[in-house]
Amino acid sequence: MRNFFKTYGLFIVFMVVALIALEYLVQSDIIPAFIVPAPTDVVIHIIENWRPLIFEHLGATMLEFAIGFILAVVGGVGLAVSMFFSKTIEKMLYPAVLISQMIPIIALSPIFVLWFGYTIWSKVAVTILMSFFPIVVGAYDGFKSTDKDYIELLRSMGASKRQIFTKLNIQMAFPSFFSGLKIAIVYSLVGATIGEWLGASEGLGYYSRRMSGDLNADGVFAAIVILTIVGIILFALTAMLEKRTLRWKETE
Amino acid sequence: MTLLLKNVTYTFPKEKKPIISDLNLKIEKGEFVSLIGKSGTGKSTILKLITGLLKQALGEITINGQPISLGDVGYMPQKDLLLPWRTVMDNIMIGAEIQKDLQLTKEDARNWLKRVGLIDYEQALPNQISGGMRQRVAFLRAMLTGKEVLLLDEPFGALDSITKKEMQAWLLSIWQELDKTIVFITHDLEEASYLSDRIILLKQYSVEEIEVPLHRPRHADMLHSSELVGLRRELEKKI
Repeated sequence: MRNFFKTYGLFIVFMVVALIALEYLVQSDIIPAFIVPAPTDVVIHIIENWRPLIFEHLGATMLEFAIGFILAVVGGVGLAVSMFFSKTIEKMLYPAVLISQMIPIIALSPIFVLWFGYTIWSKVAVTILMSFFPIVVGAYDGFKSTDKDYIELLRSMGASKRQIFTKLNIQMAFPSFFSGLKIAIVYSLVGATIGEWLGASEGLGYYSRRMSGDLNADGVFAAIVILTIVGIILFALTAMLEKRTLRWKETE
Repeated sequence: MTLLLKNVTYTFPKEKKPIISDLNLKIEKGEFVSLIGKSGTGKSTILKLITGLLKQALGEITINGQPISLGDVGYMPQKDLLLPWRTVMDNIMIGAEIQKDLQLTKEDARNWLKRVGLIDYEQALPNQISGGMRQRVAFLRAMLTGKEVLLLDEPFGALDSITKKEMQAWLLSIWQELDKTIVFITHDLEEASYLSDRIILLKQYSVEEIEVPLHRPRHADMLHSSELVGLRRELEKKI
């Protein structure tokens, strides 16, 4: 706990001061409330609407996020493994993975709506597109980062390519894989929200868009605050998993 | 058991001149042979050829008349290369995981850890133990592959002189007990003289074999004997 305050103490103090200043500026009409709402108004909005916000909208966003993220991890790791074992697959697909990142996702999303309609799958597709890349690159670069000396050592013992992969490459890939995963988990949530902005009937992205149409800044910010908190929690959970998995790195 | 290198020539890819050309070596069962020579004379390359990691362009390498293949000998590279996520015990057991026919139980491994003073570190990670301990674990890993021939590439190069002396005594005692054949690379001429039956001096395009005139068993007092000091001087001139 002490460490936590040592690391984040200054940031927390800064945020508290900034929120108090904002509250003052809005309450005293220096900034109009429809531009930036007072922090207390956002909290009141969340408290008054917590049932639909959490159960209906956050639930829908989380479902899209979870399906998209899991598919991206399974597909991304699968592709990274295939590219690692087959030069042909690598040469054929690696450029395509790179190019997929150059596409402006906002522009592509209406096409997903065209393909999948207003079902959950148009949102899942945006989520996958957002998070696939850091997972593939993290895992693939990780597999390839294996030190040649270690490979030689295992080969000298008569290890097969498969044994080298399971005993060496996978472990060696974890640090790079987790770096990708931490980016991907945050991107996934952003992806689900973007998907909802472009066409949905529930979810926090849809909620904030509807509130924005009503010029209800409290509502827009309420959705943003919830999404941010969820994003931080997901990131922290991934970082914890990373720490557990890579315990051997800590003593280095 | 005889390890035989016959007319072995090896050239690195993209290089024109061979690093090893027409090398002939015969190493008998139970011998302790050291390879010495300046950097770039191909010492480590010879060990990699014997393991099968590199393939010679010409010539043949055999054990008991059979061409060698990967997994036939125990190999300990320069760096200890312990897998950092595996405990000391799991590092030692990796040979048995790879070669399914290897009869090595955790109980055997534990007995060895006891003998080398590492039993309290069975569950420690490599980063939690000292350099000398890591070398011992790496040595056990190579030795417990159960192969008759052990190739040791400068195993004590990075150790301080006191630890090095301890490790030398320790290696000699294990070698004498287990009757292994050891091919040992070192830059330390005293170490080569003290440990070996025979020293192979590699120069570019020539090889010289020198018998060590010390009797067995060796002990630390011999380090100051006139034979060893004389031999070391001779090697210094020749290298």
